[in-house]
Amino acid sequence: MTRLMLALCTLVFGLFCLSLLVGPARIAPADSLLGLLRGGLDPVAMVMREIRLPRAILAVLVGGSLGLAGAAMQGYLRNPLAEPGLIGVSASAALGAVIAIQSGLAAAFMLGLPLMALAGALVGVMLVLALAGPRGGALTLILAGIAISAMAGAITQLVLNLSKNPFAVNEIVFWMMGSLADRSLTHVWLALPFTLLGWLVLARLGRGLDALTLGEDAAATMGVHLGRLRLMLVLGTACVVGAATAVAGTIGFVGLVVPHLLRPLVGAQPSRLLPASALGGAAMVLAADIAVRLVVPERDLKLGVLTALVGAPLFLHLIYKTRKEQP
Amino acid sequence: MSVLELQNLSVSLRGRDIFRDVTLSVQKGEMVGLIGPNGAGKTTLMRAALGLVAHGGHSSLAGMAPMARARAVAWMPQSREIAWPVSIEALVRLGRMPHQAARLSAADHAAVERALDHMGLAAMRSRTVTRLSGGEQARALIARALAQETDLLMADEPIAGLDPAHQIATMQMFQRLAADGRAVLVSLHDLGLAARHCARLVVLGQGGIQADGPPSKVLTPELVARVFGITAYQAQTPQGHIFQPLEVL
Repeated sequence: MTRLMLALCTLVFGLFCLSLLVGPARIAPADSLLGLLRGGLDPVAMVMREIRLPRAILAVLVGGSLGLAGAAMQGYLRNPLAEPGLIGVSASAALGAVIAIQSGLAAAFMLGLPLMALAGALVGVMLVLALAGPRGGALTLILAGIAISAMAGAITQLVLNLSKNPFAVNEIVFWMMGSLADRSLTHVWLALPFTLLGWLVLARLGRGLDALTLGEDAAATMGVHLGRLRLMLVLGTACVVGAATAVAGTIGFVGLVVPHLLRPLVGAQPSRLLPASALGGAAMVLAADIAVRLVVPERDLKLGVLTALVGAPLFLHLIYKTRKEQP
Repeated sequence: MSVLELQNLSVSLRGRDIFRDVTLSVQKGEMVGLIGPNGAGKTTLMRAALGLVAHGGHSSLAGMAPMARARAVAWMPQSREIAWPVSIEALVRLGRMPHQAARLSAADHAAVERALDHMGLAAMRSRTVTRLSGGEQARALIARALAQETDLLMADEPIAGLDPAHQIATMQMFQRLAADGRAVLVSLHDLGLAARHCARLVVLGQGGIQADGPPSKVLTPELVARVFGITAYQAQTPQGHIFQPLEVL
């Protein structure tokens, strides 16, 4: 366990440093790190502090969020196919961003888009909680999440359908693919409080999720307050996924594949999977964000496209492995 | 000392009464078998007593705070749900959750060891639960409930699907728990095992408690015919009360 965590920490740290060293501006590694420490108006320092550092930090925040939320969601629903987007927060955050782009709010001021995305996430999570009801277990939550996802997706399609502005449509389509390119430290400061709050909420769910291994009835009689657990799961996921979608767009497969990959390495215990999956998610997004800069540097390959391209075959491989284990 | 007090407990689901006015008390040191035909409401009675189902009347457990209740009663549901491929030991350790601070203490580890020993699982502790047979999974789940070390253990058909040796061993283990001053309330379908191992039987049927007492008093031919719709051969032998169902009426 500790060996795994140490390995994952080392991996995240290594990829973080690598992420700082890779980019279209060809700067020698030593110069770039010096520039990062020195600061000031020197161009190298500007590139490091204004472009590469925010990008690397956001990759850790977004990846950690998706991995953690995915592990928590799979633990709560006791289903390895669950992912953080299931409760409709990413779809409603995306809708907020789409409205910001279409209405011109995104162009009017820099934080227009992420703030609208956060507002969309907030409306989405409130609707999901209202629909799912105060009591009732996992099933009503899934149904409410699917309903909100479908609704938000339909309205997004409607905006695209009726838009008279081809530039806005173009921008929406590319934004929805998810990317960390050209983000600033302002984006970091916007996402950071929600992300940290959500991490704190989700990280505390471990014991309740462990008890849920035995089903809702057994967990309830082991001292778990199921209603509170569900509320915390939804609020925590909404914080981290809302913030991640607001700054990076929709990035799929991280929250689905990372917990699945790491589960065998932590003895399948949900509480131990949470921190491992957060680190694993951060590593995956860092790696993918480095890859989009290396594979076709002249074209702007989108992060979400790459995670899906890598994630889908990986997932197929996992299905194949699961099938082989079955009698 | 009483570990469970039910007064006029009633449950109706979708407008239909499952049972009405069940009054029952279980004392420390008792091994109580809850018997009744399918649909009599055995599971619902136990879940209502735990406060997991909306109910009328009073249950001493239902009003407790979740953590306090988890230290007063361990519950083993009938559905043997195990969601993740954890090891037997990790599963049994879950039973210590209501007692545990941040990490397992020496007392927690000792309780886990006792539970593993009781169910004969100590040698296979590192095996993955989801790859075990149904009977072995049932034993692991019983061990989890034992590790909770509560004054009252409630189990819903814990021995269904076990082989005869493990059925008898489990019933004897429950008897030992009762002899040690704890209490066990267990629902059963096997009337033979119930008659042989339970000092007290509670018969649930037709919307309420039909009989409550020692097996020889409870299992009269009239009651067995009326509640279960069967005839049975019964004898008091040096080996104890023998009950063998014979024919459907």
